[in-house]
Amino acid sequence: MLELDDIQHILVTRTPALTGRYEFLTFRDTAGAQAWVAGILEKIRSASSVRTTVESDNRWVNVAFTWEGLRALGVDEVSLATFPEEFKQGMVARAEMLGDTGPNHPSCWVGDLASPHLHAIVILFARTAAEHTRCVTAHEELVAKIPGVERLSFLDLEATPPFDYAHDHFGYRDRLSQPVMKGTGEEPTPGSGAALEPGEFILGYPDENGPPAQQPQPEVLSRNGSYMAYRRMEEHVGKFRDFLREHGKNAEEQEFIAAKLMGRWRSGAPLVLAPEKDDPALGADAQRNNDFNYKKVDPLGYAVPLGSHCRRMNPRDTAANMNRRRMIRRGATYGPPLEEGAPEDGVERGIAAFVICASLIRQFEFAQNVWINDKNFHELGNERDPFIGLQDGTLEYKIPKRPIRKRITGLPAFTTVRGGAYFFLPGLKALRYLAGLGNAR
Amino acid sequence: MTNTMIHPPTPPDTVTPEIVEDWSKPAAMAIPKEGFFKLEQGRYGPIYPKTPANHGFTIIAKIKPGTEQTIREYGTKIENTIKGLPDGLAVLQLHYLRWVLFDIGQDTYFMYQGIFDTDFDKYTEDAVALFTKYGINTVFENLEGFPMDWKTNTPAFLKFVRDHQRPSFLEYGEYPYVSAEEIKKALRLKAAFSNMLDQMQ
Repeated sequence: MLELDDIQHILVTRTPALTGRYEFLTFRDTAGAQAWVAGILEKIRSASSVRTTVESDNRWVNVAFTWEGLRALGVDEVSLATFPEEFKQGMVARAEMLGDTGPNHPSCWVGDLASPHLHAIVILFARTAAEHTRCVTAHEELVAKIPGVERLSFLDLEATPPFDYAHDHFGYRDRLSQPVMKGTGEEPTPGSGAALEPGEFILGYPDENGPPAQQPQPEVLSRNGSYMAYRRMEEHVGKFRDFLREHGKNAEEQEFIAAKLMGRWRSGAPLVLAPEKDDPALGADAQRNNDFNYKKVDPLGYAVPLGSHCRRMNPRDTAANMNRRRMIRRGATYGPPLEEGAPEDGVERGIAAFVICASLIRQFEFAQNVWINDKNFHELGNERDPFIGLQDGTLEYKIPKRPIRKRITGLPAFTTVRGGAYFFLPGLKALRYLAGLGNAR
Repeated sequence: MTNTMIHPPTPPDTVTPEIVEDWSKPAAMAIPKEGFFKLEQGRYGPIYPKTPANHGFTIIAKIKPGTEQTIREYGTKIENTIKGLPDGLAVLQLHYLRWVLFDIGQDTYFMYQGIFDTDFDKYTEDAVALFTKYGINTVFENLEGFPMDWKTNTPAFLKFVRDHQRPSFLEYGEYPYVSAEEIKKALRLKAAFSNMLDQMQ
């Protein structure tokens, strides 16, 4: 039985936010850290609470901590040692394996995210700009009252217009393929596979391999918690559009190239189901837009190139143990949209997203290390993910086509990692435990 | 923040050789004692380089006394499994496996040598899941020091494998760097051509 009244809502539900902010904090002392948790606790809603209040609420808050943040909160060394190695090391120490090198290297990150003093993140999603301002002020007041807590940086989030569907700055429809957990009452959309054991995403529950094992201690701290990999990814919209113009003679050809890089048209329509021409109605139809596989229908990638983003991030029936590699994605876009036809303005814009999973090494790091950055994924030899793989201009992208494939050489980097971190997202009881650690002594 | 990796190795002074992957030119590669030229971290530890004989490992471990017969019986067991499910191990992208038992003094050792096409660190959980599915890794339960909670403790399983891995100091390929998939593709092409020529008689 899933304890939805103890699980932070970001794990289970989406909220109708159009704006928001992430704040990154450091704790100077344990008393301050605990006072801050105690102060923000009542703002954090559980999954079950958000289900009943989502229509009337105007803002949604989540908090999570780095391993050093848990230490700063007073979690003892015995307990800290029970957390998995990759979480202890943090995203910065794992940079090389994750492909965060060159311009993506932590030494180039912004907002102090590579600092060992990064301890906590507050995630605010709000319905309106006014509510955004009100919440930011309220949090500033809370932090001002507590001497041991300091804000390292923040990132304001804005949905990109048009607001009637979620999409990124490149214009691709987002949130199309999300795993569903057993016990949430949700039905997976056709093609999304059966609902998964909650232990794939939430600590303390059976996973696809069996009963929970190797959980951090004490149980009150880990139960109903999860791990979040945060990625702040700049999208070079001007460069992307230049690339499309370079490789497509007209708008139609440019859309085709854009679709071939993604595996879906920007409308969301999957190339497997709409290989020749965009079908926006299909892209918008959740009952149809995820209902496909690759192995029988498109084994050689004539519809969806083997190296496309969709095919790498969710190889569906062409990879082993898919149920152990699924991830929940949350997040938002940031920065102003770049108007169509406008030249690159040098303003940072992109996606600031979370990958939520029960095992960073088995789920997030695997996707990053193998699906995204393995040059030889599907025997491709000299490719990485065209959007989020490490691109240095020396790699290629192959679009299978009869009789002869199209081969694009010197693929540029359309994105740059500007920051990231590993966080632990505790359950509500665990947050109360963390807030009260000082009193327990 | 700690920067300690699971096994902190010292990078050797050797220079990574310039590699031109040419299947038509037999190639040999001498490998430093550490098993790699330049320390590169994978998810679970250092990554071993691709050689003319592709990727692979050689795991050597002492067996628990009295388990030799049990281990030998796994030979027949795996043979039958693969007969029934010829593509059962496809995920591992294997070329060859060799299982050997040998004695040193009073002790018996098990050597598990595999040659495959992906670096082991990448698909490591898939391999563990597959071993579990076909009962291959229960053979490891007969080895000294093997973590008996391996079914739920992938990191401990991998630590055992890595601790008992003996890197080669020389690897050779008569048709170097070629993947099993490429070989199969070439043979399929040859068969298709033969068939075509037959049809034209």
